[in-house]
Amino acid sequence: MTSNINNKNAVIVIRDLHKRFGNNHVLDGFNMDLYEGETLVIMGKSGSGKSVMIKCLIGLESHDSGTINIMGMDMDKVDEIELDELRTEVGFLFQGSALYDSMTVRENLEFPLRRHTKKFGEIGDGTPLVMEALHNVGLEHTIDLMPEELSGGMKRRIALARTLILKPKIILYDEPTTGLDPITSKEIVVLMKSIQEKYKTSSIVITHDVDCARFISNRMILLVDGINYAEGTFSELDASEDPKVRAFFKS
Amino acid sequence: MSENKSNISWLNSFLIETGELAYFTGRFFKEVFRRPFEFKEFLKQCYNVGNKSLLLVGITGFIIGLVFTLQSRPKMMELGAESWLPSMVSISIIREIGPIITALICAGKIGSGIGAELGSMRVTEQIDAMEVSGTNPFKYLVVTRILATTFMIPLLVIMGDAIALFGSFLIENIKGDVSFTLYFNEVFNSLDFSDFTPSTIKTFFFGFAIGLVGCYKGYYTKHGTAGVGVSANSAVVEASIVLFIIDFVAVLIADIFYSV
Ligand SMILES: Nc1ncnc2c1ncn2[C@@H]1O[C@H](COP(=O)(O)OP(=O)(O)OP(=O)(O)O)[C@@H](O)[C@H]1O
Ligand SMILES: [Mg+2]
Repeated sequence: MTSNINNKNAVIVIRDLHKRFGNNHVLDGFNMDLYEGETLVIMGKSGSGKSVMIKCLIGLESHDSGTINIMGMDMDKVDEIELDELRTEVGFLFQGSALYDSMTVRENLEFPLRRHTKKFGEIGDGTPLVMEALHNVGLEHTIDLMPEELSGGMKRRIALARTLILKPKIILYDEPTTGLDPITSKEIVVLMKSIQEKYKTSSIVITHDVDCARFISNRMILLVDGINYAEGTFSELDASEDPKVRAFFKS
Repeated sequence: MSENKSNISWLNSFLIETGELAYFTGRFFKEVFRRPFEFKEFLKQCYNVGNKSLLLVGITGFIIGLVFTLQSRPKMMELGAESWLPSMVSISIIREIGPIITALICAGKIGSGIGAELGSMRVTEQIDAMEVSGTNPFKYLVVTRILATTFMIPLLVIMGDAIALFGSFLIENIKGDVSFTLYFNEVFNSLDFSDFTPSTIKTFFFGFAIGLVGCYKGYYTKHGTAGVGVSANSAVVEASIVLFIIDFVAVLIADIFYSV
């Protein structure tokens, strides 16, 4: 299921991705590889198309041209059943947490499980998976609360728990730390790293946060003008002389 | 000139809207027969529909029964047709007033509620979150809500009719000393299937339209939080228009069937 023809251990391969809204060419030939077990940070200005790219990746937006290949499956050719299966393997943390606000924390976490009884068996009351996921983010006591009763940072962590509950092999984080204070941001980033080490997931992290990028990235891509403008490790990019690259690191 | 232009763009957006609504309806019928059926969510939505509108429908029905009888009574007395009052009131309520008033109230209460709820789920990406977690949000959110309104609105109409008739009876009882048995004997003697059947069938369409328009507006909400209000509002307006169109068509059809 993993391995790929182009790259022996790439779990996601994006080639020449194009996406435009009207005359707004958001993605204009974007390329990306995600290798197994690595954490790839994608940086780009606000409005540069990071969210659009990651939504094309998971199939929430359609792309105009180019190929997206996840774990050997071409996203243009998958049928609904394969897409369903793929989605248990790929977790997505939304920019705004996206907790279901009419459900309790427990129901939020059980929700992804309900369609995947094949992988996890029937869900009963107090399923250990929910507790495990809450334990991972250190919020066991919130199990019967409603999302509105949680702080922003707690919501983000519950959303992370909900993403983790399907034990995905790949996790996509869309700005996991925006809107949080520096201390809470740090907690989230540490949590992400510990999850990565515990479950050996491969992840893509979209962020503006240089500290977060430094701490968590194995490799980085800068998304500028709809393309992968620069690639490399944090220190490589940090040492770059290119003004467009420098703009991300001055602080 | 410019008025002409705005008329064209109005017509244009009307046609687009109609087309999209038709597509949405088609998608509903495609998904409604596919497993898994979200039965638990369907029941929850039925409960919601009933719970939200029961009191409102009851109160309006009651008042309409009262007012309608109070206002027609003097005229009927003048004509010496006082004994026809129960049958006249019941026929008007069951054929037309009950269904349309109840449906309009539900469009205001339920339709806008659905529009706002799905709208806020859309703009906060909860619908996308469902999709990526492998649950078909159209089946889970839209199909269950449309089915719930389709089955619950007819029940609410029947209840509204009954309460309106009871209100009418109260006036007759107080003003004209008509007993409960006498009043309802009159009512049931004057009603036949041609009063009851077409108006009940059309209430299913009313329910369907309320759910459909509410879901359609909510599901395709754009422009962030401000868009949620727009969706809720236009759900009510459009559902009301659709209700009157259905009502008109239903009366035309019933007329063909029963006027032989
Ligand atoms: N559904 C849409 N319709 C039209 N334009 C869109 C849509 N979604 C995104 N865009 C446009 O695409 C561009 C990229 O948006 P995107 O949300 O990907 O930015 P981003 O890089 O994630 O920014 P941020 O860091 O602020 O989240 C923006 O110019 C936006 O206006
Ligand atoms: Mg974004």
